[in-house]
Amino acid sequence: MNDLINVVDWSRAQFALTAMFHWLFVPLTLGLSVIVAVMESAYVRTGSAKWLALTKFWMKLFGINFAIGVATGIILEFEFGTNWSNYSWFVGDIFGAPLAIEGLLAFFMEATFIAVMFFGWGKVSKRFHLTATWLTAFGATISSAWILIANAWMQYPVGMEFDPAQMRNIMDDFWAVALSPVAIHKFFHAVFSGWTLAGVFVISVSCWFYLRKRNEAMALRSIKVGGWIGLAGIVGTLWSGDGSAVDVARVQPMKLAAMEGLYHGGRGADLIAVGVLNPSKEYDDEQEPFLFETKLPNMLSLLATHDLNGYVPGINDLIDGISIDENGDTVKTVSYAERIAIGKQSHEALRAYDKARAANDTAAMDKAAADLKATFQYFGYGYLDSPSDAIPPVGLTFYSFHIMVLAGGYLLLFIIVYLTIAYKKSSWLTNRWWQWIGIISLVIVYVCSQAGWVTDEVGRQPWIIEGLMPTRAAISFISSGMVQLTFWLFAAIFTGLLAAEISIMLKAIANGSKSDYDSLPDSPSAETQSPTQSTKS
Amino acid sequence: MDEYIFLQNYWWLLISILGAVLVFLLFVQGGQTLFMFCSNDTYRSLMINSLGQKWELSFTTLVVFGGAFFASFPLFYSTSFGGAYWLWMIILFSFIMQAVSYEYRSKPGNIFGTTTYDTFLFINGCVGCILLGVAVAMMFFGGEFEVTRSNLLDAPSPVISRWVSEGHGIEAIFNWHNLLLGFTVLFLARTQANLYFINNIRADDGGRFMAACKRGTLANGIIFVVFFLAFMGVLLTSASYRSGGSGNVVAIEPYKYLNNYISMWWVGVTLIIGVVMVLYGIGRGALDRTYRSGIWFSGIGTVLVVLTLFWVAGYNDTAYYPSLADATSSLTIRNSSSSLFTLKVMSWVSLIVPVVLGYIAYVWYSMNRKPVTPQSVKDDNESH
Repeated sequence: MNDLINVVDWSRAQFALTAMFHWLFVPLTLGLSVIVAVMESAYVRTGSAKWLALTKFWMKLFGINFAIGVATGIILEFEFGTNWSNYSWFVGDIFGAPLAIEGLLAFFMEATFIAVMFFGWGKVSKRFHLTATWLTAFGATISSAWILIANAWMQYPVGMEFDPAQMRNIMDDFWAVALSPVAIHKFFHAVFSGWTLAGVFVISVSCWFYLRKRNEAMALRSIKVGGWIGLAGIVGTLWSGDGSAVDVARVQPMKLAAMEGLYHGGRGADLIAVGVLNPSKEYDDEQEPFLFETKLPNMLSLLATHDLNGYVPGINDLIDGISIDENGDTVKTVSYAERIAIGKQSHEALRAYDKARAANDTAAMDKAAADLKATFQYFGYGYLDSPSDAIPPVGLTFYSFHIMVLAGGYLLLFIIVYLTIAYKKSSWLTNRWWQWIGIISLVIVYVCSQAGWVTDEVGRQPWIIEGLMPTRAAISFISSGMVQLTFWLFAAIFTGLLAAEISIMLKAIANGSKSDYDSLPDSPSAETQSPTQSTKS
Repeated sequence: MDEYIFLQNYWWLLISILGAVLVFLLFVQGGQTLFMFCSNDTYRSLMINSLGQKWELSFTTLVVFGGAFFASFPLFYSTSFGGAYWLWMIILFSFIMQAVSYEYRSKPGNIFGTTTYDTFLFINGCVGCILLGVAVAMMFFGGEFEVTRSNLLDAPSPVISRWVSEGHGIEAIFNWHNLLLGFTVLFLARTQANLYFINNIRADDGGRFMAACKRGTLANGIIFVVFFLAFMGVLLTSASYRSGGSGNVVAIEPYKYLNNYISMWWVGVTLIIGVVMVLYGIGRGALDRTYRSGIWFSGIGTVLVVLTLFWVAGYNDTAYYPSLADATSSLTIRNSSSSLFTLKVMSWVSLIVPVVLGYIAYVWYSMNRKPVTPQSVKDDNESH
């Protein structure tokens, strides 16, 4: 049993490590591909050598980032098999489909057209090249769509039924899986956060150009393009984040309670703006949950239910099965202790079904199947020992959520300010303060981006599939020593590759900053001009 | 034919196609084992830049092969990947190293130096080919696993698919049956890399590079043929499990794969056509001094031969993943597939495959119209 827990913990650690490394690169790919495509569109429309130089500079950085994104991504798909073998059988019938569709629809598109993007200059026409650049961006985006559909399904399992004969879930409604509201909000939230990150990346690198007093015109133009994409990104992120919050309140109320450190909920719940959790607080004691907090009145209710007076349950309310009905009366729902009992009955029913099937006893099979159907909703709870097992790590969930929200608010302000400066007061960019704020904000956007995923994934513990399968039942038949070894190998290799990526990126940025941008013509050169092209930029 | 059986057959066909195309595309890996020991800098640069435009295709095909297997035969995914842990992890580590190496090897500031990245590519070339060959060979020669679905209800130890061997895949790597296919794939990939270079590169050196590639084709081609014949000899004399109406294994059948080639005569014919095309491609590619199209014959032939290997592994009531530990745990395309509903959905999605193949072919054609030359490498800002 101890090694089981160790295997679960190390497998989770390995997945978290590899996923977090991968997510360092994916958002930049999602956003920068669009920024590069916009720049190349401007080049094709105007024939300007300046736009071409800009396109090629950012494309080079895109390529450096893309390669390590691919390298860190391959392992994630296969880890479901290597480390989460039971999961792969239990829900592979549903979960495998989005991964396969992603490969078929998106990966080939990316892999094919990125080759044109990088090696096609001069080999294919300008328009074909531009199409390839847009298709690379499109491929990256639809790739993320299918991954987020898969992830959303783990958090909100829909569109399937359990087949007791095979002891697995089978899909019965593809569109419910593909178009679940959780998936849609997640998709937009992740893609727009990628646009935000890339926008801030472009502004940040451009501020470094200003700091070194190199190619300031190139930097200014980049800030304008990156700023607009970043602004669209952060606005879209906030909008989809709002939708996600409502989803979480509806389908993962325990996660929301952990995100807010809310033990006792109610109507008109307050949102914690800033707070320090009491580290010794347990759900079943009477200690105060916070050492210090600043609240925004009724805002949690507004966020979760779009109603200032909406009911938001706390951790204890959920565990005790207490809720409020539409008339405002307190009602009793299924407590977590009851869920665990029902889950164990569900296991018994499945065991009975298996026995009856082996004995070819149809009547007993029918009875067991009916019992199973009645209790299957809480099947996963049957693996838990006590209600406290169903509470996610509150500290990590709370802090990561609040870091994400605070950083997100800062980034909205940051992008608006830098976009305004770029258009109205570009001389301010020669000031060191503005330069350094621009550069340092890159760290904030990465922290924000990672914190979002930490909230999402830690907050849904202990479930790998909400309510149906805890992580402890999803693992492979391997020892913790094996996973520890691969964990450290991944840690070492990915850290080495990250160091190389950053070093190469810095060199490429430094080289780009020294290019002779100013002397390039902004109107069509003899080489690039064609009679139909506009000369406006 | 029952719809479910039809769709299981159809999805095994798609898996076969992806597997066959992947083996062809492993010429990229084969090429990676060649350039490291090339002493001529120009030739090395030409080879790297020729492969550098294609590596993502083999990489992507591997990923899609995995995803398609997951969606259509999830029990294989949970059994093989979770069981032969080390085999798959070593393969994956080698592909991780490949993915950055082309892009980073010649970039300023790459920390570890060009030789390190070239070594990564060499390792991926050898390990990728040999171990993917081993993984496919296990479809014939088996793995040491048990599948017990009721384990799901054993809370302290709930895993359904269990690898019995302590080696967790290492034992498969040292099984000489499996290694025969591993080395067959390696030398096929090296042979086809030479043929690809002949087709894709114009070294402008009076034909010396091309002549060297032709010598490489011949030398690697001969070794490949020896390994291939040995593998086929073992395969065709091997027994394997036959499944019954339930989809589970009912008996062991001597000469199972030979019988499959004979009873499914079209598979046998495809094998012969494929072998002839490979031999023609290699033979003419190596011996005809001006011939540049050997890769196409050899490549298409490879796809056909590998298709037949998958077909005899999975069709005709054969266990495509035989269990050496417990015969009844063996996987067949009937007892390990996704549900009828999922296979139907995925079959609709698979209608996009011709479009995907179409644009890949178009882009390949557009990009390869101009061969790689010393001048093109010099002019290209993105060269590796």
